Amino acid sequence: MKLLEIKNLRKSFDDLEVLKDISLDVSEGQAVSILGPSGSGKSTLLRCMSMLETVDGGSMAYCGKPAVTDGKYVSKAELKEIKSYFSLVFQSFNLFPHYTVMKNICDAPIHVMKRDKKEVTENALALLEKMGLSDKADYYPYQLSGGQQQRVAIARALNMKPKMLFFDEPTSALDPELTAEILKVLKELAEEKMTMVIVTHEIAFARSISDHVIFMDGGVIVEQGKPADVIDNPSNERTQAFLKKLEQ
Amino acid sequence: MMIFADDTLTFEKLADIVQQVMTGVGASLGIFFLTLLFSLPLGMLIAFGRMSRFKPLSLIVKLYISIVRGTPLMLQLLVVFFGPYYLFRIPTTPDYRFYAVIIGFSLNYAAYFAEIYRAGIQAVPKGQHEACEILGYSRAQKFFKVVFPQMMKNILPAITNEVITLVKDTSLAFAIAYTEMFTVAKQVAAAKSTIMPLFVAGLFYYVFNFVVAFIMERIEKKMNYFR
Repeated sequence: MKLLEIKNLRKSFDDLEVLKDISLDVSEGQAVSILGPSGSGKSTLLRCMSMLETVDGGSMAYCGKPAVTDGKYVSKAELKEIKSYFSLVFQSFNLFPHYTVMKNICDAPIHVMKRDKKEVTENALALLEKMGLSDKADYYPYQLSGGQQQRVAIARALNMKPKMLFFDEPTSALDPELTAEILKVLKELAEEKMTMVIVTHEIAFARSISDHVIFMDGGVIVEQGKPADVIDNPSNERTQAFLKKLEQ
Repeated sequence: MMIFADDTLTFEKLADIVQQVMTGVGASLGIFFLTLLFSLPLGMLIAFGRMSRFKPLSLIVKLYISIVRGTPLMLQLLVVFFGPYYLFRIPTTPDYRFYAVIIGFSLNYAAYFAEIYRAGIQAVPKGQHEACEILGYSRAQKFFKVVFPQMMKNILPAITNEVITLVKDTSLAFAIAYTEMFTVAKQVAAAKSTIMPLFVAGLFYYVFNFVVAFIMERIEKKMNYFR
């Protein structure tokens, strides 16, 4: 089943066309990585998918429900429903500094989704254990390392019980050793067949966990396919040039 | 230096002066607390108006803030007190003197608070808004749960400054002959030819502000549970 279908997506900032005719599909259980140089439009694409930016044209559908058709968004009520299908993990975590770890993870499920407090709390404790943060439930974000904060942010996103999870360069704000922590968590999620779209600079990581890799440059998808094809054996010269630069 | 014209200071004289000056303290405290009561929430509304995406509203509010900040509070008090009669021929009652003081002070301080709130709200990182968006918070939930607590922490030092200034500004009520502590102190000083009442008044302001600063520092410490 296709959880995300994007067709002919266009997005401009003033005169600058950032996304030109982007089409892609994400199937249930797939881990999709989006690679590309800075300014290629990959983060903008993810922000459009997360509805933090409005698109100028094209169509998007989530779990078969159209959210945008030819640049026109569906009603607010329908969008609210659709927005609960996905969650996003930010590059800079964006935890609420005045909430404890536990409250960060539980507040929205309880007060936005109106789910049972006990169920939400139990789920949160299970998620914290999975993230190796069982002892940090009562800590405030500033008392945690960047890697721990990002794991809390992932737990917060998962506690919303989304059908798919988007990651916007989840390790770019972290030291290499903390990056490994996060990549391990993502790998576990991929093994559990969590549907994910990950914008990343970690090529080796993208190769190891993705079912599908998308390479973007200049606002278009230059190449996509199996990681073995796109990363190890790129056919497009822009992909080749980008990967070659990284090797140096 | 002559403290009294006849140059003798007895305990009785001092006690008498303190007692007389203190008769104005109630009025000063009244101005202080009522001004805070009205201007702190009003400032929030003005801040929202100032940040409104509806251009005419934000421009009007901007002009309002500009005028309030650009002219003396003393002048504003005179306008509020005399304006109704001289501009609109509305007769004012003697009670109005007190209301004019509270209205003038509240409108003035609300403008300053509004700009402080605005700075505090705009200092909340964009990422916090985006996290709220992704988690599905409503606008009200976002403001009360996420923006407001962080704004308060951001602005406490600036608010302390304003509150301390307000303590001293209460003396400006004399401009429309509203009798508060400093007015009494000046009257006593003139009547008894002594500077002592002014010292008493000064000490009162200082102690009052010492308490204000102490309390605000406690609140700031309380907000230090997060960074």
